[in-house]
Amino acid sequence: MKAVVNVFLKEGVLDPQGKAVHHALDSLGFGNVSDVRIGKQIVLKLHAKNKEEALKEVEQMSETLLANTVIEDYTIEIIE
Amino acid sequence: MSKKAVVVQFPGTNCEFDTQYALKKLGFDVEIIWHKEKELPEANLVVIPGGFSYGDYLRSGAIAKFSPIMDAVKEYAKNGGYVLGICNGFQILTEAGLLPGALKRNNNLHFISKHQYIRVETNRNKFLENCHVGEVLNIPVAHADGNYFIDEKGLADLIKNDQILLRYCDESGDPTILNGSVEQIAGVCNKEKNVFGLMPHPERAMESILGSEDGVKMLQGFAS
Repeated sequence: MKAVVNVFLKEGVLDPQGKAVHHALDSLGFGNVSDVRIGKQIVLKLHAKNKEEALKEVEQMSETLLANTVIEDYTIEIIE
Repeated sequence: MSKKAVVVQFPGTNCEFDTQYALKKLGFDVEIIWHKEKELPEANLVVIPGGFSYGDYLRSGAIAKFSPIMDAVKEYAKNGGYVLGICNGFQILTEAGLLPGALKRNNNLHFISKHQYIRVETNRNKFLENCHVGEVLNIPVAHADGNYFIDEKGLADLIKNDQILLRYCDESGDPTILNGSVEQIAGVCNKEKNVFGLMPHPERAMESILGSEDGVKMLQGFAS
């Protein structure tokens, strides 16, 4: 089974990298961009009986290590 | 008998010997211990020094917080022992939940390495008891992830409990923006005032010939 975890800075927490890329896009003439957020994607291969079990385990991983929930949010997608 | 300090070394730590030198200069007996150890020796102070533990992979301090020694550090702190985290050590202590908040990438995305003035915000704790409130200290900073973040409620708690130790400032003591930290915070402590963390490096300010000896005044708190 495969799990894809996306980690982003929370809404309201300034993302300096996103801001820099936004400025760069702007100066390249891509003026339609209103916001840029940069995050991380973590792809895990794991053994689990079913999707629910996998989701539960990856949630625990995200809470303890993959994301710092003081500043970051995460989403999990389980792919069979 | 001289006081004993333990300096914890992780893979990627690079300030352990500077820290050892600084603490020895203040009369400490210093032992550097490897992060794989499960127990701490008897000590008056535990320092988590600066560097790049685990190459800052994932997030600064994110992997180091699970090192075997960290359970012992948490236990030591829970029992009232003094713990000081400098730079990467501060990041590790926030990741481990021993200090509130988190450190993210500097606002300007630069690695900032220079001498910086910081203002003492409180001296009602062991660490800064030899400094006076409002005192301006000249201490080097060297970090990419020093942008301190805490939510509004957390900030209110820090203020209420007198946990803000230091702020970045100019020579006259007016707060200045260095890296985007909330309220220009450079260092905090826990509510119980036995766990301390700061981004600046007092261990690099021990000799006036090298630019500043203000670090002596700071670290001396633990020596007395």
